[in-house]
Amino acid sequence: MKNIGQPAKRTFPWSHVTGYVGSIVLTVLALLFTVKAPFSQGSLITILLGFAILQILIQLIFFMHITEKNGPAYHSIAIALGFLFTFAVVAGSIWVMTFGSQVQ
Amino acid sequence: MLKSLISYLQNANLMIQISAVAIILTLVGIVFALTYFKKWGWLWREWITTVDHKKIGIMYLVCALLMFFRGGVDALLMRTQLAFPNLHFLNAQHYDEIFTTHGTIMILFMAMPFIFAMFNLVVPLQIGARDVAFPFLNAVSFWLFFFGAMLFNLSFVLGGSPDAGWVGYPPLSELPYSPGPGVNYYVLGIQISGIGSIATGINFIVTILKMRAPGMTLMRMPLFTWSVLASCIVIIFAFPALTVALALLGMDRIFGTHFFTMLHGGNPMMYINLFWVWGHPEVYIVILPAYGIFSEVVSTFCRKYIFGYKSMVVSLMMISIISYFVWVHHFFTMGAGPGVNSFFAVASMAVGIPTGVKVFNWLFTMFRGRIRITLPMLWTLAFIPCFAVGGATGIMLAVAPADYQFHNSYFLIAHFHQVLIGGVVYGLLAGMYFWWPKILGFKLNETLGKWAFWFFNLGFYVCFMPQYALGFMGMTRRVYTYPAESGWGTLNFVSTIGAFMMGIGFLFIVAQILYSIRHGERDTTGDPWDGRTLEWSLPSPVPHYNFAQIPVVDDMDAWWKMKQQQKEGIQPQKEPLKPIHMPSPSSLPFFMGLAFFICGFGLVFNQFTIATIGLIGVVICMLWRSLEKDTGYYISVEEIKKNEAAVRGL
Repeated sequence: MKNIGQPAKRTFPWSHVTGYVGSIVLTVLALLFTVKAPFSQGSLITILLGFAILQILIQLIFFMHITEKNGPAYHSIAIALGFLFTFAVVAGSIWVMTFGSQVQ
Repeated sequence: MLKSLISYLQNANLMIQISAVAIILTLVGIVFALTYFKKWGWLWREWITTVDHKKIGIMYLVCALLMFFRGGVDALLMRTQLAFPNLHFLNAQHYDEIFTTHGTIMILFMAMPFIFAMFNLVVPLQIGARDVAFPFLNAVSFWLFFFGAMLFNLSFVLGGSPDAGWVGYPPLSELPYSPGPGVNYYVLGIQISGIGSIATGINFIVTILKMRAPGMTLMRMPLFTWSVLASCIVIIFAFPALTVALALLGMDRIFGTHFFTMLHGGNPMMYINLFWVWGHPEVYIVILPAYGIFSEVVSTFCRKYIFGYKSMVVSLMMISIISYFVWVHHFFTMGAGPGVNSFFAVASMAVGIPTGVKVFNWLFTMFRGRIRITLPMLWTLAFIPCFAVGGATGIMLAVAPADYQFHNSYFLIAHFHQVLIGGVVYGLLAGMYFWWPKILGFKLNETLGKWAFWFFNLGFYVCFMPQYALGFMGMTRRVYTYPAESGWGTLNFVSTIGAFMMGIGFLFIVAQILYSIRHGERDTTGDPWDGRTLEWSLPSPVPHYNFAQIPVVDDMDAWWKMKQQQKEGIQPQKEPLKPIHMPSPSSLPFFMGLAFFICGFGLVFNQFTIATIGLIGVVICMLWRSLEKDTGYYISVEEIKKNEAAVRGL
């Protein structure tokens, strides 16, 4: 809306491409570790969580403008809320799903 | 594929064959009428390519009412089948398909578009904006919803409906137990409309945070807008869980993976977990806007500021946060252990506290107010006792040990219908009656509306109160018939009578709308209810640019304040008239939805050529949009002046 009549300077969006490739690489790595690598369930979950954190960082840095600082304080509340929900869903799911190992 | 579709229809029962013929006749009728009255151009220019939030809202509303009808017919078919013991009006397979489509349609294709209709129709007007933040994306959301809903709704004449329940739990929903296209329709229909829902969530968060009129701080925002913000926060964090659950299920079914099949290392419980990570927040997604509507209605028709505005805002936010910590109460019986069950039981009870705060605030607002009993207020008054009972039975279900008794019995069915009908449907109907004159320029007839209200409201209790008892008597959900010795016959018959009363209530609403289009009281003032928020400062129906001048806000209930100042002779502050920048209409959202539909249809039948064609269509639409140089257009000051003079009757 802001740029009516004065098109923004076009440069190749390298950061988007980096982010896109990065997120695909992380996904493929997660798949490979799960299917091919001989890890115990516990260590596999730890590794996958590590990938997940990297994935979050990639999304935040390359796509969601976390590094751009000019904005009111509710932006940081929104991000804190996002982390809270992510934590609730991931930690909650692990907690809920680690009942009775006989099912596995 | 064509052969299997034809043989399905040949072997289907008479009801489905008649429906297929009726659908074809209706389509032919619509095409004929559009051609005969030369309305194709009108349909294309005014509706299909529109990016105007008000028109998109109207389209959502029309779809929601149609889906309400379809889901209601499903409900009546089920209640007819259950009216007497040992009845075989529907066979088991057909009954399974009907309860699946009833649930899916009512939640995802009735309640969701209905709240989106309210978002679109009201939020920009309430905050003094000219449109949503991303009008094009808004149109994309609508068309994705529309084509997702079409894909799902066509299933029963094209190959068979899903039959694994609206939750679609594996292993039942996996290929060996549900062969055929049914569950694929479920997965893809919801997936396509789900993309639209996430986009709507993002769109309205940005709209509310970024596009408020000058002076409207967050704590001066109308409560409906606050409730939409709370609901959208839940949408963007909850819907991805459903996307993942359905994508994995879809891959199991279409590409032969084993995420949820036990024999190959998968775990069906994970689907249930993911489904409810979305599923529980989902009910808050649909109820929060209803809370917002009740707040507006109560405040307007009691002519008072809402009691406890700040506590209302805090409770809305508390509900959206706590809603992430309760999902396991849908599967306490899975047996995750006492630690897990206790945590989620306590959290489920805790979410009742902010809800209780809100109910008391509404009651205190009414206390010593001059209540005007209009249709929106009538539905709001009916909501409070209904929701109180629904909430109380909810707390009973939240007690984990007791839940082992109630789980999946008719007690549960009665509970969630009581909160979803008593809360969401009553709220959305109140909202529809409240904002109808604003959007369409006439009021809906009160008399017919009261008939609808009493049939629907009394019918509700006749239908669902017996089901609590049936649950205690051991009747479980999803049984398609029962023996006479069970002793469930009488109560089931009563329940069926109630369901038909609700059906009659719905017909009265239809009659009311049709009657009022011709004879409804026209709204010439723009403020038929003596409203309090900014949308009532505009003429009805609202001009396409909404506000000729963006108002300047200096208090809560801005329009109420302005009216009082006008009485004292103070004219409201307004920014000077300037040319208005508007987004151009676009046909891309429609074609993008169509491409998704084609892709989804191909995947349903494992026809990868068709799916690829659809997918290529999607990519082309995205590229087209990315490379397009369209910066919208301007409405000149003269044109605004001319139009304002015409609509305001100056």
